[in-house]
Amino acid sequence: MRILVVEDDSILADGLRVGLGMAGFTADVVSCLEDARAALAGAEYRALVLDLMLPDGSGLDLLRELRAGRAGLPVLLLTARDQVEDRVAGLDAGADDYLGKPFDLDELAARLRALSRRSDGRAAAQISHAGLELDPGTRSAAFNGQPLKLSRREFAVLQALAERPGRVLAKSDLEDRLYGWDEEVESNAVEVHIHHLRAKLGRDFIETLRGIGYRLRPEETSPSRSASASS
Amino acid sequence: MFWIENSTRAEVTRVLDARLVEAARMVSSLVSKNQIALNRDGPAQITLSHDESYEHQQFCQIWSFTQGLVGRSNGAPRAQLVPADATGFRDVTRDGKDLRVYTIIDPDLGGQVTVGDSLAMRNRLVRDVIEGFLWPALVILPVMWGLIWFAISRGLAPLDRFARDLDARPSEDLRALPGTARQPREIRPLAGALDDLLARLAAARGREREFIAYAAHEMKTPLAGLKTQAHIARHAPDTDTREHALAAISTSVDRTDRMVRQLLDLAQVDSREARATSVELNGLLRQVLGDLAGLATRRGVTLELYSAPDAPTVEDDPLLLSLALRNLIENAVQASPDGAAIKVSVTTSGAALLVDIHDHGPGLPPEIAQQAGQKFVKGKGADANGSGLGLSIAHDALTRLSGTLSFEMRADGHHTRVDLPAA
Repeated sequence: MRILVVEDDSILADGLRVGLGMAGFTADVVSCLEDARAALAGAEYRALVLDLMLPDGSGLDLLRELRAGRAGLPVLLLTARDQVEDRVAGLDAGADDYLGKPFDLDELAARLRALSRRSDGRAAAQISHAGLELDPGTRSAAFNGQPLKLSRREFAVLQALAERPGRVLAKSDLEDRLYGWDEEVESNAVEVHIHHLRAKLGRDFIETLRGIGYRLRPEETSPSRSASASS
Repeated sequence: MFWIENSTRAEVTRVLDARLVEAARMVSSLVSKNQIALNRDGPAQITLSHDESYEHQQFCQIWSFTQGLVGRSNGAPRAQLVPADATGFRDVTRDGKDLRVYTIIDPDLGGQVTVGDSLAMRNRLVRDVIEGFLWPALVILPVMWGLIWFAISRGLAPLDRFARDLDARPSEDLRALPGTARQPREIRPLAGALDDLLARLAAARGREREFIAYAAHEMKTPLAGLKTQAHIARHAPDTDTREHALAAISTSVDRTDRMVRQLLDLAQVDSREARATSVELNGLLRQVLGDLAGLATRRGVTLELYSAPDAPTVEDDPLLLSLALRNLIENAVQASPDGAAIKVSVTTSGAALLVDIHDHGPGLPPEIAQQAGQKFVKGKGADANGSGLGLSIAHDALTRLSGTLSFEMRADGHHTRVDLPAA
């Protein structure tokens, strides 16, 4: 899941990039409002982690701009000023959540997952679809009750497809989600991940729509358990 | 009471004695002017013209050495009152009466003139005076005392209210006193002065609170960075990630350490009572540069000092001055590209001194340079991880020293200029 972090302290920004990466996120980090606007215009993010005191203004300004424009992006505020009135001002400006510094990285990751599933209209932390169980918190997966071993990228592709089942994701959408700016993307990387997933889940679990992209097989045509056992 | 009687008695005695002397002289001069006919057949009748209440209390005898009593006033005894050669005052007793007499020898007459009055009368007079004064006094004094007490307590009531208001105030309430304008004229200056003091205290408390909030806030971001990097180091999937996190922790600790030092410096600059002593500027700068040598080496920057030739001195607070210069030079080091040199030069212009710090950094954006006095204004740029505190310290310290701070971007690089007024 690709998120944007706006934080001007270089040590903390680096910690967020690496730490959120370890938690299964792809985090792009910018240090000012100007760069944040450019990043938001250039890529699709599942969530925004926003510091309030930035060198070229307040994070609240960016938040209001976002809410005035496209409303959807979940925003979590990070700030050292965690007086009640600061929290209220942040939430009323359109923030979805709030963490005071210093915070725990695991908690930040959990809150980001919660924001993301809420924006997908889900309440349960686990994603289940056609016999597939994904737990983004622990990054564990099971298929038809059996534990499923997935690499970080494979898990991310499967999560992206399962979050809103039935929705078609283009190859470029998946690349955007999997790779941050600082990563070289192999041209066939997504195809490779899909190939590995089909080997683990059955050939038709992920459908290819030629020239459009990929989606998960709809629930009602899910196979019986014996079918998967035979594959 | 006793004192009143004594002093009254002494006063009465003095006055009446003086009248006896006066009367004796008068009689004697009347006799010598033959205005009192001293007949040889019996004592002449003498009238002593005094105020009536007192007149018949005074008596007079004219006693000739040869003929005996030659004149007397009403009420004067016929017997000789004093020995023939006596003069001056005497207390005598005749016919059971205590008398006070005054005698002069009249040479023209060849005899004595004796004038006297009665001690009983004198005592009555003393009593009358005392009663005439004391009874009214006993009545009037408590009334007076009551009136005075009432007037003073009424006059002091505003002060009492004032004191009660102040006593009842919680220590954190630094608002102006209510209704200073309505206070009586006498205590209005006091109320005004107190209001001023309260306003100054409130401003100082406000600055303190603002500073603490600011300091706490500034500390939280590096702490968040440390906590995040520590989490990464603990859970790192590989050695490179862990090493990277540990290096970040180390950098962050250095940076946080600097920030804590600067916060303490800033608190000191803002609260310190400046104490001016004679400061030798070249020496002070050498010390500051020595302190920064380690940092400069780590950043690959060389520090060069161009001292003024004649060891100029300024009358300033050495701590404030070195804090200002240290933070400005430290900022220059932080902003300098690798391998660059920073030139610090001291020049004199008249009695004023000028310190110029020349670096090859990007310089301050003009809006920052203008806001240098505001705490925590940050310069922009990847390396500007200072919090803007250094600039605040320098600005505040120089303001306390009546120095000025200016920044200029020239063709040869960035110049920070500190002007110190003549001692």
